Amino acid sequence: MAENAEKLKILICTGTGGLASGAAAVGDAFKAEFEKQGVEASVGKRCEVVGTGCRGLCANDVLVDVCVPGQEPVTYDFVTPELVPQIVAEHILAHEPVAKKVAGPYYHKFLEKQQRVIFSRCGTIDAESIEDFISHRGFTGVKKAVTMSQDEVIEEVKKSGLRGRGGGGFPTGVKWSFAKGSPGSEKYLICNADEGDPGAFMDRSVLEGDPYGLIEGMMIGAYAIGCTFAYVYVRAEYPLAIKRLQMAIDTCYELGYLGEKNVLGFPRPLDMRIKAGAGAFVCGEETALMASIEGERGMSRPRPPFPAVRGLWGKPTNINNVETFANVSYIFYNGADWYSSIGTEGTKGTKIFALTGKVKHTGLVEVPAGTTMKEVIYDVCGGILNNRKFKAVQAGGPSGGCLPTEALDAIVDYDSLIKAGAMMGSGGLVVMDETTCMVDIARFFLNFTRAESCGKCIPCRIGLKIMLEILERITQGNGREGDLELLEDMAYDIKKSSLCGLGQTAPNPVLSTLRYFRHEYEAHIKTGECPSHSCKPLLHFEVIEDACKKCGMCPKVCPVGAITWEKGTVAFIDKDICTECTSCYDACRFMAIK
Amino acid sequence: MTETAQQETVEEIDLTAANRVIDKYIDMHGSLMPVLQGIQEAYGYIPEETVHLTAERLNVYASQIYGVLTFYAQFHLQPRGKYIVRVCMGTACHVKGAGRIAETLKDRLGIEHAETTEDVKFTAEYVACIGACGMAPVIMVNDATYGSLTVQKMDDVIKKYQAMD
Repeated sequence: MAENAEKLKILICTGTGGLASGAAAVGDAFKAEFEKQGVEASVGKRCEVVGTGCRGLCANDVLVDVCVPGQEPVTYDFVTPELVPQIVAEHILAHEPVAKKVAGPYYHKFLEKQQRVIFSRCGTIDAESIEDFISHRGFTGVKKAVTMSQDEVIEEVKKSGLRGRGGGGFPTGVKWSFAKGSPGSEKYLICNADEGDPGAFMDRSVLEGDPYGLIEGMMIGAYAIGCTFAYVYVRAEYPLAIKRLQMAIDTCYELGYLGEKNVLGFPRPLDMRIKAGAGAFVCGEETALMASIEGERGMSRPRPPFPAVRGLWGKPTNINNVETFANVSYIFYNGADWYSSIGTEGTKGTKIFALTGKVKHTGLVEVPAGTTMKEVIYDVCGGILNNRKFKAVQAGGPSGGCLPTEALDAIVDYDSLIKAGAMMGSGGLVVMDETTCMVDIARFFLNFTRAESCGKCIPCRIGLKIMLEILERITQGNGREGDLELLEDMAYDIKKSSLCGLGQTAPNPVLSTLRYFRHEYEAHIKTGECPSHSCKPLLHFEVIEDACKKCGMCPKVCPVGAITWEKGTVAFIDKDICTECTSCYDACRFMAIK
Repeated sequence: MTETAQQETVEEIDLTAANRVIDKYIDMHGSLMPVLQGIQEAYGYIPEETVHLTAERLNVYASQIYGVLTFYAQFHLQPRGKYIVRVCMGTACHVKGAGRIAETLKDRLGIEHAETTEDVKFTAEYVACIGACGMAPVIMVNDATYGSLTVQKMDDVIKKYQAMD
């Protein structure tokens, strides 16, 4: 981008989050305003509006960077088209940033404890421009890799200590060496971008924000194992990701990085194709994913044989997650020693988390391994929404577990998270406060895994259903003595006897909530009360007089006008009008509605 | 939709588009899924006739195709509404009140997951995760995303689409 350095630039966040908040309208407003003001003439330089990928702080979209040459870029948040004329007039024409609208100190705090390696290009470059990518060290990694032997490439990855970011944490270099060592001239490489975890969206951001970075990582992997055909299995719910990636692949074909021209000098040319998924969580499981590519139902099969020996169409296959491949590129830019200097003994490099739920600044966070959960939640993401009390953080999606306050000092590391009763998983972190019922959360996850089970093996298909029925009964106030023991028994049996990772991990949310929040289960069963006042069948929709601070928040949000309140009095809910929609309950900051 | 209406649609099916999709993928390894996805894109759903056509041309059993169609959440065997309302039921949306949003939809339009209104204008779909957790609770109406919803905001969105053709 050297030739662009002199230009005035407007960078607008146009990830899914940004677009949903109106980034396109903001972009148009900038273009229109520049034309109207004749900015070209007055500034004397051309302005360009660049579509970048996701910056991570999705809650504050639309984020806009104004880069005036010779000055530090200024970031604005919550930008609307109406605000654009003011920014152009004051900041660009009069060189006086609109102080009130500049993103506050939390924005810098949000970035301070992070180490953005994989995200270093996301949000900085134009994701659709290969020139931008190349000017940010693009393809230097793969160019270096092809000068080395296949074994040297694998050795470099082993030395870096990179472990699979999809959740399992298997050393990537070792996995590659299995695929390389398997006999056969036809081998496949698959990138698993079937991000099905509810609450995780880091893969989507990489696909949307740095598609070429992923392709480069895959090229290095393909070279190392000696494969000539690579698939990217993307879930079809990500239309923008698919579009950008397809565009990137097409450009690579045009320029000869992929396909017959083979400008990188691979031993044999590499082909790459996108395979869109069709909405089945189990397809994140590698054997199910391969079945899906083959056009079958996405059902898993027992391993061994492992994909490295017999995978796609019976050929040796290597499968890695998006984030893993994205890491590979940086290992080859900076060397294995640099990479292994980041992180802890057992977990090298950085990890991306998707932080959502009841935190102030939801979004994507990239921290070096070894950071504590507490730092991530409180320092990076600003703590709990509405100043409520922290209750738990769910780590690792449906396969993970809930960590309570006591476990907040756990560090971000494969082994220490498992010790604490959760797992890294793909990296979804959902923060819960005192209004979240843990029994309901366990029910929620089980409902999800039960629905997504492929149904091939009995423990998963029937066992999860029975567990779900028990949990549903408990949340409806019909729990029985002995339910908890039964749940525990079944959970261990299902974990031991299921065919694939889905069933083996599905009972984890139940086990971890039973471990840390057993009292909540007991309250549901013994007294028929939900301690978090969250299970709807157990809610009375009454105002707790002692707790009510007479703030007048609840009548404002009630969509049917069932709440009467006057200044200085306790609110009253008219049960004849109330539709039990829980709006008031969610809005009350003092837990005064039960 | 009444039975006669359904039969009429079956009779009206023009297979040109389906044939075109099959032509495109017929030589590809593992072509079944892309073919079905292409057909769904062309017709909005998978009409019965195209299943038989696909079975014949790709040389697979119709039962195998139905196995695939009913396994994946994204295939639909019935015509769907003009506006597909996808209610995100991911974890973040769940803790922030997605249930309430789904209920509002049910209250106003009378449809639950995978149901279509009688005028074939709206289809409701509860999905696992849209991947816009930062703005939970979230819905998508066709390609437009609406975030940070409340019951009231949801009402407004529904009204907006009801007023449209």
